[in-house]
Amino acid sequence: MYDVIIIGAGVSGSAVARELSRYKVNACVLEKEEDVCCGTSKANSAIIHAGYDAAEGSLMAKLNVEGNQIMPELSKELDIPFEQCGSLVVCLDEASLPNLQALYDRGVKNGVEDLEIITDKARIREMEPNLTDEVVAVLSAPTAGIVCPFHLNIALAENAYTNGIDFKFDTEVESIEPIEGGWKLETSQGVYETRYVVNAAGVYADRFHNMVSESKIHITPRRGDYFLLDKNAGKHVNRTIFALPSKYGKGVLVTPTVHGNLIIGPTAVDIEDKEGTATTREGLDELSKASLNVKNLPMRQVITSFAGLRAHEDHHEFIIRELEDAPGFVDCAGIESPGLTSSPAIGKMVAEILREKLDLDVNPDFNGTRKGNIDLDTLSKEEKAALIEKEPAYGNIICRCEMVTEGELLDAIHRPLGARTLDGIKRRTRAGAGRCQAGFCTPKTMEILHRELGIPMTEITKSGGDSQLLVGYNKDRI
Amino acid sequence: MEKRELICISCPMGCPLTVELEGQEIVNITGYTCKRGEVYGRKEVTNPTRIVTSTVKVEGGKSDMVSVKTREDIPKDKISECVKALKGITVKAPVRIGDVILSNVAGTGVDIVATKEV
Amino acid sequence: MKEYDIVIIGGGPAGLAAAIAARDNGSESILILERDKELGGILNQCIHNGFGLHTFKEELTGPEYAARFTEQVEKYKIEYVLNTMVIEISPEKVVTAMNREEGLFDIQAKAIILAMGCRERSRGALNIPGYRPAGIFSAGTAQRLVNMEGFMPGREVVILGSGDIGLIMARRLTLEGAKVKVVAEIMPYSGGLKRNIVQCLDDYGIPLKLSHTVIEIRGKERLEGITLAAVDDRGKPIAGTEEEYSCDTLLLSVGLIPENELSGAMGVVMNPVTSGPIVNESLETNVEGVFACGNVLHVHDLVDFVSEEAAAAGKNASNYVKNGEQKPNGREIILEGTDGVRYTVPSTINPERMEATQIVRFRVGNVYKNCYIGVYFNDERVLHRKRMVMAPGEMEEIKLEKEKLLLHPDIDRITIRVEEA
Repeated sequence: MYDVIIIGAGVSGSAVARELSRYKVNACVLEKEEDVCCGTSKANSAIIHAGYDAAEGSLMAKLNVEGNQIMPELSKELDIPFEQCGSLVVCLDEASLPNLQALYDRGVKNGVEDLEIITDKARIREMEPNLTDEVVAVLSAPTAGIVCPFHLNIALAENAYTNGIDFKFDTEVESIEPIEGGWKLETSQGVYETRYVVNAAGVYADRFHNMVSESKIHITPRRGDYFLLDKNAGKHVNRTIFALPSKYGKGVLVTPTVHGNLIIGPTAVDIEDKEGTATTREGLDELSKASLNVKNLPMRQVITSFAGLRAHEDHHEFIIRELEDAPGFVDCAGIESPGLTSSPAIGKMVAEILREKLDLDVNPDFNGTRKGNIDLDTLSKEEKAALIEKEPAYGNIICRCEMVTEGELLDAIHRPLGARTLDGIKRRTRAGAGRCQAGFCTPKTMEILHRELGIPMTEITKSGGDSQLLVGYNKDRI
Repeated sequence: MEKRELICISCPMGCPLTVELEGQEIVNITGYTCKRGEVYGRKEVTNPTRIVTSTVKVEGGKSDMVSVKTREDIPKDKISECVKALKGITVKAPVRIGDVILSNVAGTGVDIVATKEV
Repeated sequence: MKEYDIVIIGGGPAGLAAAIAARDNGSESILILERDKELGGILNQCIHNGFGLHTFKEELTGPEYAARFTEQVEKYKIEYVLNTMVIEISPEKVVTAMNREEGLFDIQAKAIILAMGCRERSRGALNIPGYRPAGIFSAGTAQRLVNMEGFMPGREVVILGSGDIGLIMARRLTLEGAKVKVVAEIMPYSGGLKRNIVQCLDDYGIPLKLSHTVIEIRGKERLEGITLAAVDDRGKPIAGTEEEYSCDTLLLSVGLIPENELSGAMGVVMNPVTSGPIVNESLETNVEGVFACGNVLHVHDLVDFVSEEAAAAGKNASNYVKNGEQKPNGREIILEGTDGVRYTVPSTINPERMEATQIVRFRVGNVYKNCYIGVYFNDERVLHRKRMVMAPGEMEEIKLEKEKLLLHPDIDRITIRVEEA
């Protein structure tokens, strides 16, 4: 019997796992997909919010601000890219100024530092030359930032795994039943028993909560479509540019990414289908709203579009607690925006609940420092040369758009919780994420996965399941 | 009298040809801008042929496949038999351009030759 | 640091022809840098025939055409390195490259010939909504998998884009046992050669739907189907014309983009119409001693013209090294395309520097039937050539005589346009 089973290896589940691994515990993460970071965690705005948006006094606000404060140090510990570039909320008319002021006030009450409302147009133009000429005022939040959600999720999971937490993939929880001393989970890969369950199942969290509790919750997948633009467009704005929020969320934003691209999005479309990550024509067309706030958007530089599903609970609040009518079952549900930002704080909060309830001892071998994939872009010429001499695979470029070498692919494959699919490689190394969208590197990446893991070429998948790339061999059907 | 409109495929120009037939007899061809066009027009309505290109597996070479072609054009209706005949063929490296991979493919009298060195 | 007179970025048909021409012109110190494991570039995967009619008066397959040039390179003992990626070129013409054996290394070049070719436009650039399943390939990637590695990317195929690559792959996949259901083309005309419509689509009964595009992609893990719709003259889908096709593979043949990351980064100025460098009559870019040829300069249809263009670049680079930058007194005549002519290569001509005959290549922006190409020196028409058909998918050319241009020092502008009569 496990002490703890965490359902879901997204950023919430992985953060919980990592914080939990500070203690001596027999714990396991069950993930229904083939890798970590396959749900909402891989399809979002990648923003570390400042924390003025969440309702005053809410758990969202508290964990947002806490997560925001943890992130700079955490990003160093986990060796992930993070940039505190700041954000601006754009106000386009005098009549809406009170709304901007309200955000400011709320932010101050929530504990956000250094907020400022700026009305000096010259100064605004200097900060962001591509902001619309219609701007009347902005709310500046210097503590906001951008992160790579893949790297964050993967690093948390890797660190948890290295510190002793198990991860099981392709393991979908089908039912949860109370048993003596805990819970029995029936999964697609067999039965698991545990004293405690952490429900970090994203858009499916209501499904598991409602299996064990009389007081039901309801999670609506709220789809967000996005455009990703070429690195040539990456400097179009310097900060994350928000529209003034409405009841549907934070509006269509424009932001640089930590890798140098530009993201435009998301929409906010409530849907039924918990697997409904298809973009739609209407959704993509709606993204043109971004030009209300940012001018001259180089839309010809779009290299791809995608959609993610936010886990919107009816009460629009994080649900992070042990259930009263289901002791031993800890919800980590309704983690919509600011979920990514809050994740380190969510991890700590849940780990603390478990530590107390299970009376866990500290793990003396816990090492919270994790070394990431070597990014050749960060090395000097001499360092690059020395690296290639030591490991020639770093001298062989596989993805020419993002300049990713074979050495980096090998690292991504062979490190703990390594990549087994093309998307797994892409999230860890960026191979395939560039302007040609894997047109060039796909045959090479497949060959490397085949060679290193012994997976037959015809069984290599894009993202697990039935997503094989190749169906057979030449002339095999004639 | 029958008039058939064709595009000549002898070169990338793609001249539009008109072939006039009386029964099986070709009475006139117009539209070509070079001799090959006339030849093609004549052939295409009486005995259409094509060059077929494909690949076969290679063992022991720097590449896994070698490209091949019919040395000359073969009757159009023999194309699928020709490709079928290549199924399952593996050649051993080294392969030179012009090496015969399969002779008299599909009974056409035409050989399949390699078009790449492996 | 290594030093070479001429460094050629890319060992495909352009780079090979340029190298040979440079050697023929007397240059000894030449280095070709190629990122693949063999020379030949994209020709290695173009196993179909149709190459070489102009150059060799024979119809060759891609690999055979490449072999003619690689054999010559070997005979001339022109140096080349394989599996080597160029990371950066400085404005001072220092080329930084990388491979397993030598790691990161710099080469000081006197002249550089850009011959990097092009890449394919992806689905992302088209913004087709839907899921992002496996089974969507650019036609060139599928071609590589089928022709070089022997794998089938799918069983039931829809092809978007009737450019030559899409047409060739329609036939290729059919011959290897797949079912190609339809080729859709957003324009009202095909982008490929007419001969390919005949021998790739008509021969196999594959329908071509002009003025159609893919408006939706279905299938979360692996492609399950697509929806085609007819489009209006602005390319916008027409409601009510939707047709669903089940398929497990979508091939995209929707455009080639010259690969000018290295060029742009070193300060080479681009032509936004071609996405390739702006060049003068010597195919030299704005950076002295840096030349461009082949698909990186502008996307070609026939490799024969690539070889011709590259030979000019090679010779000019060689002369540049021998004689230095020739900046004789004289004007730069501006070349421009208007009224249906989208662009010209080159963009400027200095008559003192040009060869006796200068080829000017251009493309039209639409299909024109029974029209004329009009060439004007300033405002005077000097050529009025009838053309039965001109199409965007078929590059055109005219020749200019040095003598004529020297005779008329007042000419400062040459315009090429499409005319009705």
